[in-house]
Amino acid sequence: MKLIIAAIKPFKLEEVREALTAIGVRGMMVTEIKGFGSQSGHTEIYRGAEYAVNFVPKVKLELVVSDGMADQVVETIQNTAKTDKIGDGKIFVLDVNSAVRVRTGETNDDAL
Amino acid sequence: MNTKYLFPLGAVAVAATLPGIGAAQEAGVEAAVHTGYIFTTLLFLMGGFLVFWMAAGFSMLEAGLVRSKNVAMQLTKNISLFAIASIMYWLVGFGIMYPAEWLVEGWLGPFFAITSLEPMGLADTETALDYASVGSDFFFQLMFCATTASIVSGTLAERIKLWPFLAFVVVLTGFIYPIEASWQWGGGWLSAAGFHDFAGSTLVHAAGGCAALAGAIILGPRLGKYSKDGKVNPMPGSNLALATLGTFILWLGWFGFNGGSQLAMGTISDVADVSRIFANTNMAAASGAIAALILTQVFYGKVDLTMVLNGALAGLVSITAEPLAPSLFLSLVIGSIGGLIVVLTVPLLDKIKIDDVVGAIPVHLFAGIWGTLAVVLTGGYTGEATLGAQLLGIASICGFVLISSAVVWLILKAVMGLRPSEENEMKGLDISELGMEAYPDFTKG
Repeated sequence: MKLIIAAIKPFKLEEVREALTAIGVRGMMVTEIKGFGSQSGHTEIYRGAEYAVNFVPKVKLELVVSDGMADQVVETIQNTAKTDKIGDGKIFVLDVNSAVRVRTGETNDDAL
Repeated sequence: MNTKYLFPLGAVAVAATLPGIGAAQEAGVEAAVHTGYIFTTLLFLMGGFLVFWMAAGFSMLEAGLVRSKNVAMQLTKNISLFAIASIMYWLVGFGIMYPAEWLVEGWLGPFFAITSLEPMGLADTETALDYASVGSDFFFQLMFCATTASIVSGTLAERIKLWPFLAFVVVLTGFIYPIEASWQWGGGWLSAAGFHDFAGSTLVHAAGGCAALAGAIILGPRLGKYSKDGKVNPMPGSNLALATLGTFILWLGWFGFNGGSQLAMGTISDVADVSRIFANTNMAAASGAIAALILTQVFYGKVDLTMVLNGALAGLVSITAEPLAPSLFLSLVIGSIGGLIVVLTVPLLDKIKIDDVVGAIPVHLFAGIWGTLAVVLTGGYTGEATLGAQLLGIASICGFVLISSAVVWLILKAVMGLRPSEENEMKGLDISELGMEAYPDFTKG
Protein backbone atom coordinates (compact mmCIF):
# COMPACT_ATOMS: atom_id res chain seq x y z
CA MET A 1 0.00 0.00 0.00
CA LYS A 2 1.12 3.52 -0.70
CA LEU A 3 0.24 6.82 0.97
CA ILE A 4 0.01 9.55 -1.62
CA ILE A 5 0.25 13.12 -0.33
CA ALA A 6 -0.48 15.89 -2.80
CA ALA A 7 -0.50 19.64 -2.25
CA ILE A 8 -2.49 21.28 -5.02
CA LYS A 9 -4.13 24.59 -5.91
CA PRO A 10 -7.43 24.85 -4.00
CA PHE A 11 -9.59 25.56 -7.05
CA LYS A 12 -8.41 22.28 -8.63
CA LEU A 13 -9.76 20.12 -5.79
CA GLU A 14 -13.13 19.28 -7.30
CA GLU A 15 -11.63 18.40 -10.68
CA VAL A 16 -9.03 16.14 -9.08
CA ARG A 17 -11.66 14.43 -6.94
CA GLU A 18 -13.77 13.68 -9.99
CA ALA A 19 -10.80 12.30 -11.96
CA LEU A 20 -9.73 10.09 -9.04
CA THR A 21 -13.23 8.79 -8.45
CA ALA A 22 -13.40 7.94 -12.16
CA ILE A 23 -10.35 5.66 -11.90
CA GLY A 24 -11.76 3.87 -8.85
CA VAL A 25 -10.38 5.71 -5.84
CA ARG A 26 -12.88 5.19 -3.00
CA GLY A 27 -11.66 7.59 -0.35
CA MET A 28 -9.35 10.45 0.46
CA MET A 29 -8.59 12.93 3.20
CA VAL A 30 -8.52 16.66 2.42
CA THR A 31 -7.04 19.49 4.50
CA GLU A 32 -6.81 23.20 3.84
CA ILE A 33 -3.19 24.18 4.35
CA LYS A 34 -0.79 27.04 3.77
CA GLY A 35 2.79 26.67 2.69
CA PHE A 36 5.48 27.70 0.27
CA GLY A 37 7.60 26.01 -2.35
CA SER A 38 9.36 27.36 -5.38
CA GLN A 39 6.45 29.76 -5.91
CA SER A 40 7.50 31.43 -2.62
CA GLY A 41 5.29 34.22 -1.36
CA HIS A 42 4.37 37.61 -2.74
CA THR A 43 3.82 41.07 -1.29
CA GLU A 44 0.54 42.88 -0.66
CA ILE A 45 -0.38 46.28 0.74
CA TYR A 46 -2.72 46.71 3.74
CA ARG A 47 -3.62 50.22 4.83
CA GLY A 48 -0.57 51.69 3.12
CA ALA A 49 1.98 49.25 4.53
CA GLU A 50 3.58 46.55 2.39
CA TYR A 51 3.76 43.06 3.80
CA ALA A 52 4.92 39.67 2.58
CA VAL A 53 2.47 36.82 2.13
CA ASN A 54 4.95 34.03 2.89
CA PHE A 55 2.49 31.17 2.96
CA VAL A 56 0.16 30.52 0.07
CA PRO A 57 -3.13 28.64 0.56
CA LYS A 58 -3.15 25.08 -0.82
CA VAL A 59 -5.24 21.96 -0.41
CA LYS A 60 -3.57 18.80 0.82
CA LEU A 61 -4.89 15.40 -0.32
CA GLU A 62 -3.94 12.21 1.46
CA LEU A 63 -4.96 8.85 0.01
CA VAL A 64 -3.87 5.31 0.70
CA VAL A 65 -4.14 2.98 -2.32
CA SER A 66 -2.96 -0.50 -3.25
CA ASP A 67 0.55 -0.78 -4.70
CA GLY A 68 -0.79 -1.55 -8.15
CA MET A 69 -2.86 1.62 -8.29
CA ALA A 70 -0.32 4.12 -7.00
CA ASP A 71 1.27 5.11 -10.28
CA GLN A 72 -2.07 5.66 -11.97
CA VAL A 73 -3.28 7.85 -9.08
CA VAL A 74 -0.13 9.97 -9.13
CA GLU A 75 -0.41 10.40 -12.89
CA THR A 76 -4.08 11.37 -12.63
CA ILE A 77 -3.45 13.97 -9.94
CA GLN A 78 -0.54 15.40 -11.88
CA ASN A 79 -2.48 15.67 -15.13
CA THR A 80 -5.59 17.13 -13.52
CA ALA A 81 -3.99 19.60 -11.11
CA LYS A 82 -1.61 20.96 -13.69
CA THR A 83 -2.01 24.56 -14.92
CA ASP A 84 1.56 24.95 -16.24
CA LYS A 85 1.98 27.93 -13.94
CA ILE A 86 4.24 28.14 -10.90
CA GLY A 87 2.58 26.95 -7.69
CA ASP A 88 0.80 23.87 -9.05
CA GLY A 89 2.03 21.86 -6.07
CA LYS A 90 3.83 18.59 -5.29
CA ILE A 91 3.04 14.89 -4.92
CA PHE A 92 4.78 12.55 -2.50
CA VAL A 93 4.49 8.76 -2.28
CA LEU A 94 5.23 6.81 0.93
CA ASP A 95 5.04 3.15 1.92
CA VAL A 96 2.27 2.19 4.32
CA ASN A 97 2.77 -0.65 6.83
CA SER A 98 -0.78 -1.56 7.60
CA ALA A 99 -4.38 -0.41 7.41
CA VAL A 100 -7.47 -1.35 9.43
CA ARG A 101 -11.12 -0.64 8.71
CA VAL A 102 -12.58 0.48 12.04
CA ARG A 103 -16.09 -0.95 11.51
CA THR A 104 -15.18 -4.51 10.42
CA GLY A 105 -11.57 -5.02 11.49
CA GLU A 106 -10.59 -5.89 7.89
CA THR A 107 -6.91 -5.21 7.29
CA ASN A 108 -4.58 -3.87 4.60
CA ASP A 109 -5.89 -3.95 0.99
CA ASP A 110 -9.30 -5.17 2.20
CA ALA A 111 -9.54 -2.12 4.40
CA LEU A 112 -9.00 0.40 1.61
CA MET B 1 -25.64 71.67 17.24
CA ASN B 2 -26.72 74.97 15.85
CA THR B 3 -28.38 77.28 18.28
CA LYS B 4 -31.13 78.77 16.19
CA TYR B 5 -34.68 78.29 17.21
CA LEU B 6 -37.39 78.99 14.71
CA PHE B 7 -40.84 78.81 16.16
CA PRO B 8 -44.06 80.56 15.39
CA LEU B 9 -43.86 83.19 18.14
CA GLY B 10 -44.53 85.82 15.51
CA ALA B 11 -47.87 84.26 14.78
CA VAL B 12 -48.75 84.26 18.47
CA ALA B 13 -47.91 87.93 18.81
CA VAL B 14 -49.94 88.93 15.77
CA ALA B 15 -52.93 86.91 16.88
CA ALA B 16 -52.84 88.37 20.38
CA THR B 17 -52.97 91.96 19.14
CA LEU B 18 -55.76 91.58 16.61
CA PRO B 19 -59.14 92.58 18.06
CA GLY B 20 -62.18 90.40 17.83
CA ILE B 21 -60.56 87.13 17.19
CA GLY B 22 -62.59 84.20 18.30
CA ALA B 23 -61.77 81.14 20.32
CA ALA B 24 -61.39 79.13 17.14
CA GLN B 25 -58.46 81.22 16.04
CA GLU B 26 -56.81 81.01 19.46
CA ALA B 27 -57.14 77.26 19.23
CA GLY B 28 -55.48 77.45 15.83
CA VAL B 29 -52.49 79.31 17.24
CA GLU B 30 -52.21 76.83 20.09
CA ALA B 31 -52.29 73.99 17.58
CA ALA B 32 -49.47 75.64 15.62
CA VAL B 33 -47.31 75.89 18.75
CA HIS B 34 -48.09 72.30 19.65
CA THR B 35 -47.21 71.18 16.16
CA GLY B 36 -43.75 72.73 16.43
CA TYR B 37 -43.20 71.09 19.82
CA ILE B 38 -44.37 67.73 18.55
CA PHE B 39 -42.30 67.72 15.38
CA THR B 40 -39.10 68.93 17.00
CA THR B 41 -39.50 66.32 19.72
CA LEU B 42 -40.07 63.73 17.01
CA LEU B 43 -36.91 64.89 15.21
CA PHE B 44 -34.91 64.35 18.41
CA LEU B 45 -36.40 60.92 18.98
CA MET B 46 -35.75 59.76 15.42
CA GLY B 47 -32.31 61.39 15.30
CA GLY B 48 -31.55 59.87 18.69
CA PHE B 49 -32.27 56.33 17.72
CA LEU B 50 -30.33 56.72 14.49
CA VAL B 51 -27.32 57.99 16.43
CA PHE B 52 -27.84 55.19 18.97
CA TRP B 53 -27.48 52.75 16.09
CA MET B 54 -24.05 54.22 15.36
CA ALA B 55 -22.90 52.37 18.48
CA ALA B 56 -23.69 49.18 16.57
CA GLY B 57 -21.80 50.58 13.59
CA PHE B 58 -18.69 51.29 15.64
CA SER B 59 -18.93 47.83 17.23
CA MET B 60 -19.08 46.04 13.88
CA LEU B 61 -16.41 48.22 12.26
CA GLU B 62 -14.04 47.59 15.15
CA ALA B 63 -14.90 43.89 15.44
CA GLY B 64 -14.06 43.52 11.75
CA LEU B 65 -10.78 45.45 11.86
CA VAL B 66 -9.23 43.76 14.91
CA ARG B 67 -7.69 40.29 14.81
CA SER B 68 -9.98 37.41 15.72
CA LYS B 69 -8.30 36.85 19.10
CA ASN B 70 -9.53 40.28 20.30
CA VAL B 71 -13.03 40.45 18.82
CA ALA B 72 -15.01 39.47 21.93
CA MET B 73 -13.07 42.03 23.97
CA GLN B 74 -13.72 44.75 21.41
CA LEU B 75 -17.45 44.02 21.51
CA THR B 76 -17.40 43.99 25.33
CA LYS B 77 -15.75 47.41 25.37
CA ASN B 78 -18.28 48.81 22.91
CA ILE B 79 -21.43 47.77 24.74
CA SER B 80 -19.93 48.70 28.11
CA LEU B 81 -18.84 52.15 27.02
CA PHE B 82 -22.30 52.90 25.67
CA ALA B 83 -23.89 51.85 28.96
CA ILE B 84 -21.40 53.90 30.98
CA ALA B 85 -22.01 56.96 28.79
CA SER B 86 -25.76 56.60 29.33
CA ILE B 87 -25.40 56.64 33.11
CA MET B 88 -22.65 59.27 33.35
CA TYR B 89 -24.52 61.64 31.04
CA TRP B 90 -27.58 61.39 33.27
CA LEU B 91 -25.57 61.71 36.47
CA VAL B 92 -23.42 64.71 35.53
CA GLY B 93 -22.86 65.13 31.79
CA PHE B 94 -26.13 66.71 30.64
CA GLY B 95 -26.10 69.16 33.56
CA ILE B 96 -22.54 70.24 32.80
CA MET B 97 -23.15 70.53 29.07
CA TYR B 98 -26.36 72.59 29.27
CA PRO B 99 -25.91 74.49 32.52
CA ALA B 100 -28.95 76.06 34.16
CA GLU B 101 -26.37 78.00 36.17
CA TRP B 102 -22.68 78.13 35.32
CA LEU B 103 -20.09 77.39 37.97
CA VAL B 104 -17.64 79.50 35.96
CA GLU B 105 -19.57 81.61 33.48
CA GLY B 106 -19.13 80.28 29.93
CA TRP B 107 -16.46 77.75 30.93
CA LEU B 108 -17.70 75.26 33.48
CA GLY B 109 -21.19 74.02 34.29
CA PRO B 110 -22.38 72.67 37.63
CA PHE B 111 -21.20 69.25 38.78
CA PHE B 112 -23.75 66.67 39.86
CA ALA B 113 -26.79 68.34 38.39
CA ILE B 114 -28.65 65.08 37.88
CA THR B 115 -31.02 65.13 34.91
CA SER B 116 -34.72 64.84 35.61
CA LEU B 117 -37.47 64.71 33.01
CA GLU B 118 -40.85 66.42 32.72
CA PRO B 119 -43.65 64.87 34.78
CA MET B 120 -45.80 62.33 32.98
CA GLY B 121 -48.18 63.94 30.53
CA LEU B 122 -46.64 67.35 31.22
CA ALA B 123 -49.20 67.48 34.05
CA ASP B 124 -49.64 70.73 35.98
CA THR B 125 -46.54 72.41 34.59
CA GLU B 126 -45.82 75.57 32.72
CA THR B 127 -43.77 73.79 30.08
CA ALA B 128 -42.18 75.99 27.46
CA LEU B 129 -43.46 74.68 24.16
CA ASP B 130 -41.04 76.59 21.96
CA TYR B 131 -38.48 73.76 21.68
CA ALA B 132 -38.84 70.05 22.41
CA SER B 133 -39.39 67.79 25.39
CA VAL B 134 -36.54 67.43 27.87
CA GLY B 135 -36.76 63.65 27.49
CA SER B 136 -36.11 63.82 23.75
CA ASP B 137 -33.38 66.44 24.12
CA PHE B 138 -31.57 64.40 26.81
CA PHE B 139 -31.96 61.19 24.80
CA PHE B 140 -30.58 62.82 21.63
CA GLN B 141 -27.62 64.57 23.30
CA LEU B 142 -26.69 61.44 25.23
CA MET B 143 -26.07 59.60 21.96
CA PHE B 144 -23.46 62.17 20.91
CA CYS B 145 -21.68 61.70 24.21
CA ALA B 146 -21.55 57.93 23.66
CA THR B 147 -20.27 58.45 20.09
CA THR B 148 -17.28 60.40 21.42
CA ALA B 149 -16.33 57.42 23.58
CA SER B 150 -16.85 54.92 20.74
CA ILE B 151 -14.17 56.70 18.72
CA VAL B 152 -11.57 56.00 21.42
CA SER B 153 -12.12 52.26 21.67
CA GLY B 154 -11.14 51.54 18.06
CA THR B 155 -7.77 53.29 18.18
CA LEU B 156 -6.68 51.57 21.39
CA ALA B 157 -7.97 48.13 20.43
CA GLU B 158 -6.10 44.86 21.04
CA ARG B 159 -3.69 46.15 23.71
CA ILE B 160 -5.57 47.92 26.52
CA LYS B 161 -7.10 46.13 29.48
CA LEU B 162 -10.85 46.35 29.92
CA TRP B 163 -11.11 48.15 33.27
CA PRO B 164 -8.67 51.03 32.75
CA PHE B 165 -10.37 51.66 29.41
CA LEU B 166 -13.79 51.77 31.05
CA ALA B 167 -12.44 54.01 33.82
CA PHE B 168 -11.33 56.45 31.13
CA VAL B 169 -14.77 56.31 29.54
CA VAL B 170 -16.32 57.35 32.88
CA VAL B 171 -14.22 60.52 32.93
CA LEU B 172 -14.60 61.22 29.20
CA THR B 173 -18.39 60.89 29.09
CA GLY B 174 -19.07 62.42 32.50
CA PHE B 175 -16.70 65.36 32.37
CA ILE B 176 -14.28 65.90 29.47
CA TYR B 177 -16.86 65.79 26.66
CA PRO B 178 -19.63 67.68 28.50
CA ILE B 179 -17.24 70.46 29.56
CA GLU B 180 -15.82 71.14 26.09
CA ALA B 181 -19.22 70.76 24.42
CA SER B 182 -20.76 73.26 26.88
CA TRP B 183 -18.37 75.92 25.56
CA GLN B 184 -20.23 75.81 22.24
CA TRP B 185 -23.55 74.00 22.43
CA GLY B 186 -24.25 74.97 26.04
CA GLY B 187 -23.95 78.63 25.05
CA GLY B 188 -20.49 79.07 26.56
CA TRP B 189 -17.55 81.28 25.66
CA LEU B 190 -16.73 79.58 22.37
CA SER B 191 -20.16 80.18 20.85
CA ALA B 192 -19.86 83.81 21.98
CA ALA B 193 -16.52 83.93 20.14
CA GLY B 194 -18.29 83.06 16.87
CA PHE B 195 -17.21 79.42 16.51
CA HIS B 196 -19.35 77.25 14.21
CA ASP B 197 -19.73 73.51 14.61
CA PHE B 198 -23.17 72.40 13.47
CA ALA B 199 -23.18 68.74 14.52
CA GLY B 200 -19.75 68.17 15.99
CA SER B 201 -16.82 67.76 13.58
CA THR B 202 -14.72 69.22 16.38
CA LEU B 203 -16.89 68.90 19.50
CA VAL B 204 -17.55 65.19 18.99
CA HIS B 205 -15.20 63.79 16.36
CA ALA B 206 -11.97 65.72 16.80
CA ALA B 207 -12.50 65.53 20.58
CA GLY B 208 -12.87 61.74 20.44
CA GLY B 209 -9.87 61.62 18.12
CA CYS B 210 -7.78 63.68 20.55
CA ALA B 211 -8.70 61.42 23.48
CA ALA B 212 -7.72 58.46 21.29
CA LEU B 213 -4.46 60.09 20.20
CA ALA B 214 -3.41 60.84 23.79
CA GLY B 215 -4.23 57.23 24.69
CA ALA B 216 -2.37 55.78 21.71
CA ILE B 217 0.79 57.72 22.52
CA ILE B 218 0.76 56.78 26.20
CA LEU B 219 -0.26 53.18 25.57
CA GLY B 220 2.22 52.46 22.77
CA PRO B 221 1.71 50.26 19.72
CA ARG B 222 0.59 46.63 19.64
CA LEU B 223 3.39 44.11 20.14
CA GLY B 224 5.01 43.38 16.81
CA LYS B 225 3.31 46.22 14.93
CA TYR B 226 6.60 48.01 14.27
CA SER B 227 9.89 46.13 13.83
CA LYS B 228 13.08 47.52 15.32
CA ASP B 229 14.29 48.47 11.84
CA GLY B 230 11.26 50.70 11.46
CA LYS B 231 9.26 48.33 9.28
CA VAL B 232 5.48 48.42 9.62
CA ASN B 233 3.88 45.00 10.03
CA PRO B 234 0.24 45.05 8.96
CA MET B 235 -2.19 43.12 11.13
CA PRO B 236 -5.14 42.48 8.82
CA GLY B 237 -8.62 42.65 10.30
CA SER B 238 -10.55 39.51 11.08
CA ASN B 239 -13.74 40.18 9.14
CA LEU B 240 -14.15 42.79 6.43
CA ALA B 241 -17.81 41.88 5.96
CA LEU B 242 -18.49 43.07 9.51
CA ALA B 243 -16.33 46.15 8.96
CA THR B 244 -18.36 47.02 5.87
CA LEU B 245 -21.65 46.45 7.66
CA GLY B 246 -20.40 48.70 10.46
CA THR B 247 -19.58 51.46 8.00
CA PHE B 248 -23.04 51.30 6.41
CA ILE B 249 -24.64 51.42 9.87
CA LEU B 250 -22.57 54.50 10.74
CA TRP B 251 -23.52 56.09 7.42
CA LEU B 252 -27.22 55.49 8.23
CA GLY B 253 -26.82 56.77 11.77
CA TRP B 254 -25.18 59.93 10.50
CA PHE B 255 -28.46 61.12 8.98
CA GLY B 256 -29.74 61.37 12.54
CA PHE B 257 -26.48 62.84 13.77
CA ASN B 258 -26.48 65.72 11.30
CA GLY B 259 -30.19 65.94 10.49
CA GLY B 260 -31.25 65.94 14.12
CA SER B 261 -28.74 68.71 14.83
CA GLN B 262 -31.03 71.13 13.01
CA LEU B 263 -32.71 71.08 16.46
CA ALA B 264 -36.03 72.15 15.03
CA MET B 265 -38.65 70.71 12.72
CA GLY B 266 -41.69 72.84 13.50
CA THR B 267 -41.69 74.98 10.37
CA ILE B 268 -41.49 74.35 6.65
CA SER B 269 -38.08 76.01 6.52
CA ASP B 270 -36.74 73.71 9.23
CA VAL B 271 -38.06 70.54 7.68
CA ALA B 272 -36.65 71.57 4.30
CA ASP B 273 -33.29 72.23 5.96
CA VAL B 274 -33.33 68.77 7.56
CA SER B 275 -33.81 67.23 4.14
CA ARG B 276 -31.02 69.37 2.72
CA ILE B 277 -28.75 68.11 5.50
CA PHE B 278 -29.61 64.48 4.71
CA ALA B 279 -28.74 64.93 1.04
CA ASN B 280 -25.48 66.77 1.74
CA THR B 281 -24.45 64.22 4.36
CA ASN B 282 -24.96 61.37 1.94
CA MET B 283 -23.04 63.18 -0.79
CA ALA B 284 -20.02 63.77 1.44
CA ALA B 285 -19.91 60.10 2.49
CA ALA B 286 -20.13 58.97 -1.13
CA SER B 287 -17.41 61.30 -2.30
CA GLY B 288 -15.13 60.34 0.60
CA ALA B 289 -15.48 56.69 -0.36
CA ILE B 290 -14.83 57.40 -4.05
CA ALA B 291 -11.76 59.50 -3.23
CA ALA B 292 -10.27 56.62 -1.20
CA LEU B 293 -11.26 54.11 -3.88
CA ILE B 294 -9.44 56.00 -6.62
CA LEU B 295 -6.45 57.06 -4.53
CA THR B 296 -5.63 53.59 -3.18
CA GLN B 297 -5.85 52.22 -6.74
CA VAL B 298 -3.47 54.91 -7.96
CA PHE B 299 -1.05 54.78 -5.01
CA TYR B 300 -0.93 51.03 -4.38
CA GLY B 301 -2.12 49.40 -7.59
CA LYS B 302 -5.01 47.76 -5.77
CA VAL B 303 -8.06 49.14 -4.00
CA ASP B 304 -7.91 48.79 -0.20
CA LEU B 305 -11.42 48.15 1.11
CA THR B 306 -10.53 49.20 4.65
CA MET B 307 -9.43 52.59 3.31
CA VAL B 308 -12.63 52.96 1.28
CA LEU B 309 -14.60 52.35 4.48
CA ASN B 310 -12.48 54.94 6.32
CA GLY B 311 -12.90 57.29 3.36
CA ALA B 312 -16.70 57.19 3.59
CA LEU B 313 -16.50 57.90 7.32
CA ALA B 314 -14.01 60.73 6.79
CA GLY B 315 -16.43 62.26 4.27
CA LEU B 316 -19.16 62.10 6.91
CA VAL B 317 -16.98 63.66 9.60
CA SER B 318 -15.93 66.42 7.17
CA ILE B 319 -19.48 67.53 6.41
CA THR B 320 -20.59 67.39 10.05
CA ALA B 321 -19.38 70.87 10.99
CA GLU B 322 -21.68 72.40 8.35
CA PRO B 323 -24.03 70.00 6.59
CA LEU B 324 -26.70 72.61 5.86
CA ALA B 325 -25.15 75.51 3.97
CA PRO B 326 -23.11 73.77 1.22
CA SER B 327 -24.55 72.86 -2.15
CA LEU B 328 -24.47 69.21 -3.16
CA PHE B 329 -21.40 69.95 -5.27
CA LEU B 330 -19.59 71.64 -2.41
CA SER B 331 -20.51 68.69 -0.17
CA LEU B 332 -18.87 66.45 -2.75
CA VAL B 333 -15.70 68.53 -2.61
CA ILE B 334 -15.65 68.65 1.20
CA GLY B 335 -16.23 64.91 1.51
CA SER B 336 -13.65 63.92 -1.08
CA ILE B 337 -10.96 65.98 0.64
CA GLY B 338 -11.89 64.04 3.80
CA GLY B 339 -11.24 60.81 1.88
CA LEU B 340 -7.93 62.17 0.62
CA ILE B 341 -6.87 63.07 4.17
CA VAL B 342 -7.47 59.50 5.33
CA VAL B 343 -5.48 57.90 2.51
CA LEU B 344 -2.56 60.26 3.15
CA THR B 345 -2.52 60.19 6.95
CA VAL B 346 -3.07 56.51 7.78
CA PRO B 347 0.47 55.61 6.55
CA LEU B 348 1.78 58.82 8.12
CA LEU B 349 0.70 57.75 11.62
CA ASP B 350 2.44 54.41 11.07
CA LYS B 351 5.62 56.28 10.15
CA ILE B 352 5.68 57.98 13.54
CA LYS B 353 4.73 54.67 15.21
CA ILE B 354 1.32 55.71 16.47
CA ASP B 355 -0.73 52.54 16.24
CA ASP B 356 -4.34 53.37 15.38
CA VAL B 357 -6.02 50.01 14.80
CA VAL B 358 -9.10 51.22 12.92
CA GLY B 359 -7.91 54.58 11.58
CA ALA B 360 -10.02 56.61 14.01
CA ILE B 361 -7.46 59.41 14.36
CA PRO B 362 -7.31 60.18 10.60
CA VAL B 363 -11.09 59.77 10.24
CA HIS B 364 -12.31 61.63 13.31
CA LEU B 365 -9.49 64.01 14.27
CA PHE B 366 -7.87 64.98 10.97
CA ALA B 367 -11.04 64.97 8.86
CA GLY B 368 -12.83 66.65 11.79
CA ILE B 369 -10.36 69.52 11.73
CA TRP B 370 -10.74 69.78 7.96
CA GLY B 371 -14.53 69.83 8.21
CA THR B 372 -14.44 72.54 10.86
CA LEU B 373 -12.20 74.69 8.67
CA ALA B 374 -14.38 73.98 5.61
CA VAL B 375 -17.24 75.87 7.32
CA VAL B 376 -15.44 79.01 6.20
CA LEU B 377 -16.13 78.07 2.55
CA THR B 378 -19.80 78.90 3.06
CA GLY B 379 -19.56 80.96 6.20
CA GLY B 380 -21.85 78.40 7.84
CA TYR B 381 -25.65 78.59 7.93
CA THR B 382 -25.38 82.05 9.48
CA GLY B 383 -22.85 83.19 6.88
CA GLU B 384 -20.70 84.57 9.69
CA ALA B 385 -18.10 81.87 10.31
CA THR B 386 -14.53 83.14 10.22
CA LEU B 387 -11.26 81.29 9.88
CA GLY B 388 -10.00 82.84 13.11
CA ALA B 389 -12.98 81.65 15.15
CA GLN B 390 -12.77 78.17 13.60
CA LEU B 391 -9.08 77.89 14.44
CA LEU B 392 -9.75 79.12 17.96
CA GLY B 393 -12.40 76.44 18.43
CA ILE B 394 -10.21 73.65 17.07
CA ALA B 395 -7.18 74.72 19.11
CA SER B 396 -9.04 75.20 22.38
CA ILE B 397 -11.06 71.98 22.21
CA CYS B 398 -8.20 69.82 20.92
CA GLY B 399 -5.84 71.36 23.46
CA PHE B 400 -8.25 70.80 26.34
CA VAL B 401 -9.14 67.24 25.36
CA LEU B 402 -5.54 66.22 24.58
CA ILE B 403 -4.23 67.52 27.89
CA SER B 404 -7.07 66.37 30.11
CA SER B 405 -7.10 62.94 28.44
CA ALA B 406 -3.36 62.58 28.76
CA VAL B 407 -3.58 63.38 32.48
CA VAL B 408 -6.31 60.78 32.97
CA TRP B 409 -4.43 58.15 30.94
CA LEU B 410 -1.22 58.78 32.92
CA ILE B 411 -3.07 58.53 36.25
CA LEU B 412 -4.71 55.27 35.16
CA LYS B 413 -1.34 53.96 33.98
CA ALA B 414 0.21 54.71 37.35
CA VAL B 415 -2.70 53.43 39.43
CA MET B 416 -3.86 50.30 37.63
CA GLY B 417 -1.68 49.85 34.54
CA LEU B 418 -3.06 50.08 31.02
CA ARG B 419 -1.57 47.10 29.21
CA PRO B 420 -1.95 43.38 29.72
CA SER B 421 1.23 41.32 30.09
CA GLU B 422 3.06 40.54 26.86
CA GLU B 423 2.01 36.92 27.10
CA ASN B 424 -1.64 37.86 27.55
CA GLU B 425 -1.49 40.29 24.64
CA MET B 426 -0.03 37.58 22.40
CA LYS B 427 -2.71 35.13 23.51
CA GLY B 428 -5.34 37.69 22.74
CA LEU B 429 -7.52 39.63 25.15
CA ASP B 430 -10.50 37.35 24.46
CA ILE B 431 -8.89 34.37 26.16
CA SER B 432 -6.64 36.18 28.63
CA GLU B 433 -9.16 38.68 30.00
CA LEU B 434 -12.56 37.27 29.17
CA GLY B 435 -11.91 33.54 28.94
CA MET B 436 -14.07 33.36 25.84
CA GLU B 437 -13.64 33.77 22.12
CA ALA B 438 -15.76 35.47 19.51
CA TYR B 439 -15.09 32.62 17.10
CA PRO B 440 -14.44 29.52 19.23
CA ASP B 441 -14.73 27.13 16.30
CA PHE B 442 -12.01 28.74 14.24
CA THR B 443 -8.30 27.96 14.32
CA LYS B 444 -6.21 30.56 16.14
CA GLY B 445 -5.13 33.47 13.98
